[in-house]
Amino acid sequence: MDDWRESQEILVMDGRIKVPYTWSAGEVGTSYLEALRDEKRFLGTRCPNCDIVYHVPRMHCPDCFTECERYVELAGQGELVTWTVARRHYPPLSPLGGRFGYGVIKLDGADTGFLHLLAEFEEGELVTGGRVEAVFADEREGSMLDVKYFRPVKGVE
Amino acid sequence: MEPVAIVGVGMTEVKRERAADTVADLVFEACTKALADSGMGIDDIDIVLTGSNDFFDGRTISSMAVMDACGSYDKNVSTVEGDGTFGAAHAVMRVLAGWGTCLYCVHHKGSESVMPLITNAMFDPLYERFLGIEAVTASALQARAYMDRYGVTEQQCAAVSVKNHGNARLNPVAQMPLEITVDDVMASPYLADPIKLLDCGPISDGASAVVIASADRAKDVSGRPVWVKGIGYSCDAFHLGDRDLSKVDALQAAAKKAYGDAGITDPSGQVDLAEVNDAFSYMELMSLEGLGFCERGGAGALTESGATALGGKLPVNASGGCISSNPVLVTGLNSIIECVLQVRGDAGDHQVEGVGTAVAQGVNGPCGQSQCVWVLGGDA
Repeated sequence: MDDWRESQEILVMDGRIKVPYTWSAGEVGTSYLEALRDEKRFLGTRCPNCDIVYHVPRMHCPDCFTECERYVELAGQGELVTWTVARRHYPPLSPLGGRFGYGVIKLDGADTGFLHLLAEFEEGELVTGGRVEAVFADEREGSMLDVKYFRPVKGVE
Repeated sequence: MEPVAIVGVGMTEVKRERAADTVADLVFEACTKALADSGMGIDDIDIVLTGSNDFFDGRTISSMAVMDACGSYDKNVSTVEGDGTFGAAHAVMRVLAGWGTCLYCVHHKGSESVMPLITNAMFDPLYERFLGIEAVTASALQARAYMDRYGVTEQQCAAVSVKNHGNARLNPVAQMPLEITVDDVMASPYLADPIKLLDCGPISDGASAVVIASADRAKDVSGRPVWVKGIGYSCDAFHLGDRDLSKVDALQAAAKKAYGDAGITDPSGQVDLAEVNDAFSYMELMSLEGLGFCERGGAGALTESGATALGGKLPVNASGGCISSNPVLVTGLNSIIECVLQVRGDAGDHQVEGVGTAVAQGVNGPCGQSQCVWVLGGDA
């Protein structure tokens, strides 16, 4: 049997799925994002059983299923647990241009890390265990991008 | 565990783009190959299980689109979303539940969509997704955490890529057979530090299928059954900041269960071949440590010593691994199939001498969140 691909062009159908969603932030998520937006404050929750402070906040401790105490206020600075520099940018995914990266950041006062963007760093400046601080957006609307990114704290080894 | 066997395997050739084939075409090819390998016809199959991912396929309940291609009309069918190792584990459970034969197939066409957009969507929409994180940047965070903790070098990760792409040259279904050096990997561009282009598995199209049977039904087949000696799986935290990304707790828990089933107390001494997840080169190193083949942090040196090469003491990813052929979800089933072929002595040019016991590993979720381990052997 002849290979049909040799005599015919393979047809493909172009498509795009674009579906709007409205994801609930829930109780602790709403309080968390409101505090970021209105007061530039980071909130965590504490498991009274494990004595672990979760950031971002959780309603319940995923380890022991105990209801967490709300809220614990956290610093806008913390430790870079791990990091990368994003060398390939994928529009429309990347919210930043220029040199930027991602980090898992453990804010002072929290026991868990969270993911955010890194910017305003020089090549070779990011180090595991380094200090980073939040840079807030001027216009804030109640989302994680109310923090534009984290940057290395200057003058700290 | 009651004896359950894999009695037939089928793989399509994996390519960057199989433009002329629909997903159903790929599934049909894999299923008919698996049936032919088992000596069974579709009428001999009692129950069917499928695996696919809706976001990759761009359709809701994507498994329903391949029902005709896997001969499931008038049969009990269920679907397992996720990697083929997990789907095949459920197929084994269906047989243990009393069905005599189960056909399991899984497919993936990475070429039909945009990989970073799809993998970005696995992250939490409130806290993570719109930061733009996707599989490569997330894996880079894990690679950094692992390498910093244990002093693993980029050259050691590169050695995995060199070895596995070299093995792929002996595997006719592999997508990226390459003769490369550590220097070549090191000179390839960074995608997200410390991960470089040649540390990454490609975008791939492919499908695979297996026929799984009870001991009673395995007697009837023409091929040599390969027996499921043990299966374990385990899950870790979803949010990347909730886990120490350098750890392999979930894999260790999965391996403990699978090894317990199989009576393996000394993995290095009792396992003859391993097919592990190496979608990014550092992952093979973490996998080897989690599977107990060396101490934590020791897999880089183990790899550089040649112990995991085709002629080494413990050949790893003799097939070429996911770094050479990366149809997501299918990769785990391909690891199982490679173990089956090796135990049967049917692996062709990449056959390892005397494989009595083989281990396959698959992962689901960001940075190996969920882990599945299989032990396969030649005797019931």
